[in-house]
Amino acid sequence: MPIDKFTVLESTYVPLPIENVDTDQIIPARFLKATSREGFGENLFRDWRFNPDGSANEDFVLNDSKYSGQILVAGKNFGSGSSREHAAWAVHDYGFKVVVSSFFADIFRNNALNNGVLPVVVSPEFLSKVFAAVEADNGQKLVVDLEEQSISLNGEKEEFEINPYKKNCLLNGFDDIDYLLNKKENIEEFEQE
Amino acid sequence: MEPKTLFDKVWDAHVVEKIDGGPSVLYIDKHLIHEVTSPQAFAGLEARGLKVFRPEKTVATPDHNIPTVNQHLKIEDDLSRNQIETLTANCKKNDITLYGLNHPKNGIVHVVGPELGHTQPGMTMVCGDSHTSTHGAFGAVAFGIGTSEVEMVLATQCILQPKPKKMRITIDGELQKGVTAKDLTLYVIAQLGTGGATGYFVEYAGSAVRNLTMEGRMTVCNMSIEMGARGGMIAPDETTFEYVKGREFAPKGEDWDKAVAKWKELKSDEGAVFDKEYTYKAEDIEPMLTYGTNPGMGTGISGNIPTADEVEASELPTFKKSLEYMGFGLGDKLLGKKVDYVFVGSCTNGRIEDLRMLASLVKGKKKADSVIAWIVPGSKQVEKQAQEEGLVEVLEEAGFELRQPGCSACLAMNDDKIPAGKYSVSTSNRNFEGRQGPGSRTLLASPLTAAAAAVTGVITDPRELF
Repeated sequence: MPIDKFTVLESTYVPLPIENVDTDQIIPARFLKATSREGFGENLFRDWRFNPDGSANEDFVLNDSKYSGQILVAGKNFGSGSSREHAAWAVHDYGFKVVVSSFFADIFRNNALNNGVLPVVVSPEFLSKVFAAVEADNGQKLVVDLEEQSISLNGEKEEFEINPYKKNCLLNGFDDIDYLLNKKENIEEFEQE
Repeated sequence: MEPKTLFDKVWDAHVVEKIDGGPSVLYIDKHLIHEVTSPQAFAGLEARGLKVFRPEKTVATPDHNIPTVNQHLKIEDDLSRNQIETLTANCKKNDITLYGLNHPKNGIVHVVGPELGHTQPGMTMVCGDSHTSTHGAFGAVAFGIGTSEVEMVLATQCILQPKPKKMRITIDGELQKGVTAKDLTLYVIAQLGTGGATGYFVEYAGSAVRNLTMEGRMTVCNMSIEMGARGGMIAPDETTFEYVKGREFAPKGEDWDKAVAKWKELKSDEGAVFDKEYTYKAEDIEPMLTYGTNPGMGTGISGNIPTADEVEASELPTFKKSLEYMGFGLGDKLLGKKVDYVFVGSCTNGRIEDLRMLASLVKGKKKADSVIAWIVPGSKQVEKQAQEEGLVEVLEEAGFELRQPGCSACLAMNDDKIPAGKYSVSTSNRNFEGRQGPGSRTLLASPLTAAAAAVTGVITDPRELF
């Protein structure tokens, strides 16, 4: 599936200052019964977002009209647990294009990148400032520049890392399968060895 | 030649090409699939007009979303039935071996792979499931992948992967009586924390690991992901060869001798360098239990939940939120807390040795009336063996029933859900909020500790019941 191109994003953001947000919170297992990739956004953070009776939990940040935007900012170790790509699909389907945290679990990070969602790792200090800034001003924005590998908050800039291959994929909207399909001959040669 | 780690030896032998400054094209020897994380990959393949490149290297079994009662009847839930039928159709269309529901070899993907001999030393193995790390017990590089990656493997038998860093965890000494492989792994995870090995591939070493059976080693490698590691592995040895020999898909005759000769080289060379090393003493480990909402929140069973002073200030808000969910207080003692449910099963502890452990403790005792116990074998073969060995009889006399194989209450995708607010002592791998059903409260433990809870109705040190 070709992914969306990503260059620069300037957006307000949604703060989720909780650590170790695991993939069972992002999308609980009972919502993994679908056979397509679409529609998982409506169950993103299902059990935090909705009460057991199905009504919206007004205390949860996604139900708080003060916050919106295409960037999700979360506490450290975001996406730990299961390899379910449904977690990345849910984040993407809800409308987030970037997730910012001081630490990501490996598989979630790969899954996000494979779906055109950019995981941005920032220092714990920068993360604290980002959380504080949106508390002070709900309309606060972040600017994420992939070409430059930077994230800025009110002009304060921090650089983030991404491997050059994945960066190129996101900038151009390429996916890994296209790359691998072009390598079929090399793969067949490898099999002969 | 520069000394190499076990991980390097296996990984490097499978690199088709390394992209400058990026990931490697890694060749995959064995691909396991199940019903939940594969349908979108097959659909993607179809949308591109592609066929499965090497269908003989993929094996399928439905497990996550199957019922554990009345498996011979039509699955009532439409979505679940559709998912399982989709797997069947995709396998048929693409000539992939399928151990479908009611097949005598059906079971949890990480139980089936090893028991049929699909899993072998030195292989690269992947599956759309994070507990694929289980197969590392054989000296394979095995790790969980997302569905886009499943599609890559179906299309090209390769995956693009950055090479992880290397960590070695050495546990020397002898495990005390009543302390199992599960306690060993929960102990290590409690030391390192839930993200302590993120970015690493772990090799487990030391005499305590060497002395584990293959099933114990699988339990340890299985849980590697719970400290963030992509995978865990153990160098193959006589214990490994003994286990693999004679299994359906294991090499036979001359091929076997050749394979063993090769497998014997699969160990970290003297002087091989790891990016990080940890060493623990087996004697320091007691039966372990988790009290929070990630597997790193664990303690020895005689211990207390940490007090506010014992938790890092920055982590205290998340820690308190977790205890609030569990209905526990800072500093609480765990022994004596009431238990509502006991779950014995999963890819972590659903093998024959786990059922033997359970039976050994409950033999001649009775299940507490207040406890609902779900005993779920990891596969049809485990179920059969439990019957043949008389374990089922022992369990039934003690008031337990065996359900049919599947992932069951480990992730509660099917109807096996722990009700909100109830406490479950579980031999599975995750205690996340709602993992075993919305509002469920999970305490991870070994089969022995689960058995002790089942017969007493409260958290009990299993060593007191021998």
